Amino acid sequence: MNTVAETRLKRPGSLEKNPRLSQWLRVHRDGTVSIYSGKVEIGQGILTALAQIAADELGIALERIRMVPADTAVSPDEGVTSGSLSIEDSGVALRSACAQARALLLESAAARLAVPARDLQVADGAVQGGGRSTSFWECADDALLDREIDQTAALRSPGDYGVVGKPTPRRDLPDKIAGRPRFIQDMTLPRMLYGRIVRPPHNFAGLISLDDGKVRSMPGLAAIVRDGGFIGVLAEREEVAISAQRTLRLTTSWKEIDPPPRDVHAWLKEHAAEHRVVSEKENADVKSRAAKVLEASYTKPYISHASIGPSCAIAQIEGGKLMVWSHSQGIFNLRRDLALALAMREDAIVVRHVEGAGCYGHNGADDAALDAALLARAAGGRPVQVQWMRDDEFAWAPCGPAMALSLRAALDAHGNIVDWHHELWSNGHSSRPGRAEGPALAAAWHLARPHERPSAINIPLPAGAADRNAIPIYDFPNQRVVNHYVREMPVRTSALRSLGAYANVFAIESFMDELAQAAGIDPIAFRLRHLKDPRGRAVIEAAVRRADWNRWKPAEGRGHGIGFARYKNLGAYCAAVAEVEVGHEVRVERLILAVDVGLVINPDGVINQIEGGAVQSTSWTLKEQVKLGERGIASLGWEDYPILKFSEAPAVEVELVDRPELPAVGAGEAAQGPTAAAIANAVAHALGLRIRDLPLTHERIAAAISQST
Amino acid sequence: MTEPLRLTVNGVESELEASPDTPLLYALRNDLGLKGTRFGCGSGQCGACFVLIDGHPAPACDTPLWGVAGKSITTVEGLGAGGELHFLQEAFLAEQAAQCGYCTSGILISAAALLLKKPRPTASEVREALDRNLCRCGSHNRMVRAVLRAAQE
Repeated sequence: MNTVAETRLKRPGSLEKNPRLSQWLRVHRDGTVSIYSGKVEIGQGILTALAQIAADELGIALERIRMVPADTAVSPDEGVTSGSLSIEDSGVALRSACAQARALLLESAAARLAVPARDLQVADGAVQGGGRSTSFWECADDALLDREIDQTAALRSPGDYGVVGKPTPRRDLPDKIAGRPRFIQDMTLPRMLYGRIVRPPHNFAGLISLDDGKVRSMPGLAAIVRDGGFIGVLAEREEVAISAQRTLRLTTSWKEIDPPPRDVHAWLKEHAAEHRVVSEKENADVKSRAAKVLEASYTKPYISHASIGPSCAIAQIEGGKLMVWSHSQGIFNLRRDLALALAMREDAIVVRHVEGAGCYGHNGADDAALDAALLARAAGGRPVQVQWMRDDEFAWAPCGPAMALSLRAALDAHGNIVDWHHELWSNGHSSRPGRAEGPALAAAWHLARPHERPSAINIPLPAGAADRNAIPIYDFPNQRVVNHYVREMPVRTSALRSLGAYANVFAIESFMDELAQAAGIDPIAFRLRHLKDPRGRAVIEAAVRRADWNRWKPAEGRGHGIGFARYKNLGAYCAAVAEVEVGHEVRVERLILAVDVGLVINPDGVINQIEGGAVQSTSWTLKEQVKLGERGIASLGWEDYPILKFSEAPAVEVELVDRPELPAVGAGEAAQGPTAAAIANAVAHALGLRIRDLPLTHERIAAAISQST
Repeated sequence: MTEPLRLTVNGVESELEASPDTPLLYALRNDLGLKGTRFGCGSGQCGACFVLIDGHPAPACDTPLWGVAGKSITTVEGLGAGGELHFLQEAFLAEQAAQCGYCTSGILISAAALLLKKPRPTASEVREALDRNLCRCGSHNRMVRAVLRAAQE
């Protein structure tokens, strides 16, 4: 049976959940407009891009736009700021909302001036007609915008944009470069106490004993908070809280967990709980032409978020109400899980977003919020700031999951791929708050009445998670892609930038080069012969041209390579060319990337994201793996988890393939997979040997060379 | 009661009621309200808390207050004069040389120390000078360009 609601077209972007115009903007008498987005600034520049969209759709100057930080009390619920979806979710919604607001303001101005709307002249909110003038600001009236967004207002066409498409300086950077307080870590409230959490720098099954004798007498210590295995300290001064935390750690004993597996990748293959065929194509005729079969296995280790600023939160409880300031990516989901963990009603909790250090996925931000709330219960109404220490961050923030991948393909006598198999083994890539039955917040699992730690799950395709980008974008007549899901988690895992796409693209694009070599065909030509998608072909050709690929001069120890993908097979297209020198270690000299994100909102913003993504991926690919020991994670500081240094960062060139007629998509996760594959292919080109296990360290190169001789 | 400690930060002398063992970082941030110097690792390995101590970049996280008595400390807030931005900060803005911006203060400090010593560095000298600072967002090249731009202006 069809009801009206079911047959109504789904509204685009975040409008479906937040259909009221007043949820998105308010026009003020002082000539400014407040924009309410549920998406948050995590260092990616989204609030600048959304302000550009709003300004152009309203037809006013960018300076008039005020972006209101997301807040569960006032902002639309836009879920999580993740998946490179903010331009698609929030940008699309804001375009509709601002277009309708402009139409309503013009109607109101027309009535005021007694002139038909079509005869009005409008510039930056000033309206003239019939010899008289008014403005959007005079017509501003909250009742005017208190209505449903009906999507009847005409949207601006790209030709009419003023700031969209132009390089626009980030609005948050002046504060950050001046060193002004801007981060949650910098926030101070009157009478604020400093808190630290006492957790061992490894996973644990429970508390055996706690001796707080040495700490109780510390001057300035306000409280030692204990609830089951959750222990925290509160102090008037931050360094006292830290000192108490360090001391308590030494005088506390914990029930240990079982040690994690020594060979994680073999363990993953033995522990798959579900096997899902996510793509299958069959053409028996073509398959029978197979002349040569290749197989290869690839691995990716656990990777840490390793943000420079450890997770932080502020909480205050007054009159039964909890106020939380957090750099969470999903404030509404966090509120829901806080309510579960604290046995409070959701409407007694407000979560407000405050910017934090760089966020690359589900890190410790949400966990720190519960930590702060638990300590705030013992703070007598005073606000409490909790920041994790460096080892807390490495040991307790979720990791990007380790993955094992096995690929097999068949070539016909002409070097065409006639059959393709891709299997992957991985934990889930999301254990974010808001999705499981219980709270997905670390402290909740340690309370006297503990909640169970939820397993990481996978978002289903087409976006996918472990299987994100596992389905090849190439046109193969036969293919089979299998996702083996491992529920049991030796290490807590969740979303890290690009999820499974990083490993899947690394494997697919490495294997494409191996196949091209087996077929005796140039790797660029080999890709193009299997790829129909014109936008994909265009970025490959653009990167190859910019890199001067065909004029490469072979030299001892040097190599070049390509990697390509369309993020999620739905979003941005990206091709990367890497040029490397392999000596004692791999040195990536230069990366050239071509990118198609559809309509470009902020060209410098996109370039910045692609550059950053490419450099971060270089770091992952050359250096990064979370070390495991008997007690779990053994990478607890920068000496155990080195990341790329300034002297090691490659030169990066980015070419944007602008397509103003096509929908805008996000850029933050497009470069990671292609960059990894380009580097791996360049290393193989330089060495004449293939390394299939990440990261591509000196030890791996030495092992590959010794195996080949 | 401990004796008040005297500290000269950004040219201003202050008295603090803190233990001499207090790391400089917390005195700057919580006693003097200079939040631009940030905690990253607590062991001087990431550079987020770098300040100039008598012109040399040093981590404030593991420098105790007793170690800076009588010395001149400059934080990111004190790089420019009279409330104006330092020319390095102007160059960072011009190059949009940041993503999250959390490491930026420490990097500005290292860059300022370099330019004091070597006003016209090469790109590789800039990279070497910034190697004690970590950046996770991958803004390295923009920051190197910004330092070179500042050196030319």
